[in-house]
Amino acid sequence: MKFGILVNEGPYQHQASDTAYLFCKAVLAQGHEIFRVFFYHDGVNNASRLTEPPQDDRNIVARWSKLAEEHGVDLVVCVAAALRRGIKDENLAPGFRISGLGQLVEAGIQADRLVTFGD
Amino acid sequence: MSDEPGIKKFMFVNRKAPYGTVYALEALEVVLITAAFDQDVSLAFLDDGVFQLRKGQQTKGIETKNFSPTYRALEGYDIEKLYVEKEALAARGLTEDDLLVDVTVLDRKALGALMDEQDVILSF
Repeated sequence: MKFGILVNEGPYQHQASDTAYLFCKAVLAQGHEIFRVFFYHDGVNNASRLTEPPQDDRNIVARWSKLAEEHGVDLVVCVAAALRRGIKDENLAPGFRISGLGQLVEAGIQADRLVTFGD
Repeated sequence: MSDEPGIKKFMFVNRKAPYGTVYALEALEVVLITAAFDQDVSLAFLDDGVFQLRKGQQTKGIETKNFSPTYRALEGYDIEKLYVEKEALAARGLTEDDLLVDVTVLDRKALGALMDEQDVILSF
């Protein structure tokens, strides 16, 4: 099955990003496909390469980057939401790209299931 | 599910008050883009989301943009399916007359049945 993922919350403040990541891992482990992960609202903060969590904590941003590198998962950050929150190409973590909301709609059209993580 | 190839039924479920968080405003942005993709778009308002459609919003005091006129502009994007949950209105002492656009009021069960027919549900 082809999944689209929507992440609506920022890292560390809210569990949504953690759960979305773990869901993606489970989806891939079972041989399904991730069409795209789209980051919206405060979810765009998952793409900041300036993030520096304490060493004994999980690195949420690096985890997403690794997922993109190892599985070719398309990580897309909404441009309007990103610019509002100071996320730009110059501070974008590896594996992420900035694009428009049309990418979310396309995920809804192309994927068999679009799964939302957030409040 | 939608019968037309390439067109899916997208329902946007609005559950939060218009101000206080950015969900309602950014949900509207997705709604407009989805309509531009010629999809079958509907909006549902429940919980505090019904306040998004309240007439007479004044946001000057919180120095935030009053985006409620956008709901009236939806018609121009061929978005005419707006559903409001009857129980949510009643719980907040509101009636259809308090809302700034024409809507279809449905009870919780009917709205649930409508959600069942959708291809994609985005909840904000």
